[in-house]
Amino acid sequence: MILYLSEFLGISVYDSSGKKVGVVSEVAARPMIHPPRVTMLMLKGSNGHDERSVSWNQVDSVEKDRVSLRITRDALSAPASDESFFLLRKDLLDQQIIDVNGRKVVRVNDLLLEKRAGAVGVELMLSAVDIGLRGALRRLLHGAVPKVWLRHLESNVKENIIPWEFVDLIESDPRRQVKLHISHKVLTKLHPADLADIVEELSPKERQALFIALDDVTVAEALSEVKPRLRASILESLGIHRAADIVEEMQPDAAADLLAALPEETTTELLQGMNSEEAAEIGELLEHAENSAGGMMTTEYIALPHTADAASARSLLRSIPELPEHFTTLFLVDEGGVLMGSITLARLIVAPEGQILSTLKSEPVLSLFEESPEKDVIDLFDKYNLLTLPVVDQQRHLMGVVTVDDVISVLNKSR
Amino acid sequence: MNFLKRWKAHIVIFFAVVGPGFITANVDNDSGGIYTYSLAGARYGYALLWTLIPVTFVLIVVQEMSARLGAVTGKGLADLIREEFGFRITFLMMLALAVTNLTNVMAEFAGVASSMEIFGVSKFLSVPVAASLVWLLVVKGTYKTVEKVFLFACSFYICYVISGVWAKPDWLVAAKATLIPTVRFELGYLTMFVGIIGATVAPWMQFYLQSAIVEKGVEPKQYRQSRIEVIVGCVVAIVVAFFITVSCAATLHVAGRQDIADAADAALALRPLAGEWASYLFAVGLLNASVFAASILPLATAYSVCEGLGFEAGVNKKFRDAPIFYWLYTLLIGLGAGLILLPGMPLVQVSYLSQVANGFLLPFVLIFMLILSNRADLMGRLTNSKGYNFVAIGTVVFLAVLTLVLVAMQLMGKA
Repeated sequence: MILYLSEFLGISVYDSSGKKVGVVSEVAARPMIHPPRVTMLMLKGSNGHDERSVSWNQVDSVEKDRVSLRITRDALSAPASDESFFLLRKDLLDQQIIDVNGRKVVRVNDLLLEKRAGAVGVELMLSAVDIGLRGALRRLLHGAVPKVWLRHLESNVKENIIPWEFVDLIESDPRRQVKLHISHKVLTKLHPADLADIVEELSPKERQALFIALDDVTVAEALSEVKPRLRASILESLGIHRAADIVEEMQPDAAADLLAALPEETTTELLQGMNSEEAAEIGELLEHAENSAGGMMTTEYIALPHTADAASARSLLRSIPELPEHFTTLFLVDEGGVLMGSITLARLIVAPEGQILSTLKSEPVLSLFEESPEKDVIDLFDKYNLLTLPVVDQQRHLMGVVTVDDVISVLNKSR
Repeated sequence: MNFLKRWKAHIVIFFAVVGPGFITANVDNDSGGIYTYSLAGARYGYALLWTLIPVTFVLIVVQEMSARLGAVTGKGLADLIREEFGFRITFLMMLALAVTNLTNVMAEFAGVASSMEIFGVSKFLSVPVAASLVWLLVVKGTYKTVEKVFLFACSFYICYVISGVWAKPDWLVAAKATLIPTVRFELGYLTMFVGIIGATVAPWMQFYLQSAIVEKGVEPKQYRQSRIEVIVGCVVAIVVAFFITVSCAATLHVAGRQDIADAADAALALRPLAGEWASYLFAVGLLNASVFAASILPLATAYSVCEGLGFEAGVNKKFRDAPIFYWLYTLLIGLGAGLILLPGMPLVQVSYLSQVANGFLLPFVLIFMLILSNRADLMGRLTNSKGYNFVAIGTVVFLAVLTLVLVAMQLMGKA
């Protein structure tokens, strides 16, 4: 049997002698059990005062219109206010939650409670949340029109519910978040861009609590996709140590873009808190103007000596634990690090074992200087239909790589 | 060249200080506002000027409360009402807001119709064109670029300041009327009082301003700047209202023309400045104000309603994902424009009465804002001060009493 929270609240409660003791005013659950089971009811006298609470194992039976207890009225306890209880009315009804499947933030109109016969008696499970018109209709008309009419009306509206396993709770207080065991683990499976969209919908406090709970890698990936305006304030809200850990996990070019938006002091502090190799890389990227090739490039790329052969190149690639994002091109350099050309991954794969890499390179050898304006970058990508483009200094040393996703971001910004 | 450069720099500075507070204040002087202040001056001369002083305090207190709620909670007003007061109350509030705002949208299209009539364009042409334009402007996402043009055109209000001075009003009488309150217990006078409050402190503004503050990402840290901007905006709005009333009092009222039937009548107030061109000047200014407000009002309403009731909203969403939002938005424009096209619709009267409706709704919005901004768990250290509560509660009580008096007078008058 399915009960709706909106209707369960306010139903009469009778004690073991059959005397009415009040109405249900709040339903509490322990969230660490999935799906959450109702563990306590709060009662209110008919006059609106006289609050009591009763734990679930003292509930004898639950019907559509009444709850019967095993104990007498005198045995009821004073209201318990334990923060680790999860209150369905206060914490969930009318609040926002994350719909993990739909990848968006939605508002709860009603809750579905499923009555089951458990091991020790009747159990009430939180089975789904209603976010649709049907729940809205019920909230609006419950108690105002006869139930039969309401059910009839409801049957004309499409139900829109989210099963509990796809619900992620939003809690703006980090300490309570821990007490309620909200881990947000389901969110780590989302694509960073989807997670970023969700994060943008939240209030600053809720965002902060969410990011405190998530791991560095997930935060780093999501942060790269969040609106630039929000990035700096999110990072600052997490404190300098955590922020440094997160920036370390980011792609160097994304990290540089992010740091460029922060006050100089904060940037220096962050870089000091980071592992020195990564900090140096980002520091170098920060030197470039944002709208130049140097500002757009990343320093994560793979360069090989141009005299190597295909077999050794392939075995070298296999030994690299983590290949760069969007890895489509290899770059060839001489002993001094001067750019000699680039080869596509496809060509390397099909090349015979002994083939020397420099014979595989794409023609013409294209590159840009660090100071080249972003317009030149876009023009070259457009003209030669490129996916990547190497960036060199005045002595033609390979300094970094611009990838097509950075170009699209720039184009999208000016649209 | 040099001049052009300097001029450009000035514009840049101008738009740098412009934020949500300033924009809201300017949209506040919309068609309904212009006609209400004009009618106040034409009918009662300087007699109602004193009301602007208490209204200034109310406006600043209310707007500041909205901005603070937005900055501290990071949530819109409709969101907060829903989370703290439940579905049913939110639904009623949103219904009232939607209906009141519909009358405001009608006022904007009445402004379009009456201003274009001066150019000899029939309302059957001007209103549908303006409605389609506004709809496209927002749905196609080009609004943000046009906003600056609207805002710049708002400098038209300076014309009222100049005209008000050139009309040589009796400053002694005006000053006396501003500083010494006079109350007349007449239905018309008291209704006009409510209208002035409703025109200045429009309920939809509180929803709009709070959302704009959240959207801009203002946080408690940077809140001081926003507060200054909000106060400056309020003062500008009141100065404009003052001079519109004075110009109309010094021209129309003095000449014995106590009623304003169309835009040509209202334009007479600009005669001291523009002579024969007064009606064209007025028409352009009114048209700008009307279209500006018409592009914000239906959108802000659709946002608030969907936010409060938990439907997906946003012009960056597809129609399929946010059908209710788009329907509501389209309906507000379609209905608002359509009703204005009914033959014999009294355009000035519609504009004025919409502001009276605002005045009736305002105490309800204020009650919610008061409760919310006094909650320590929500606002932390930034709860209302005693002075704020005094002004806000005073306004609520005053408006409630005034409304009851008006209803009573209406009934007794009829009986």
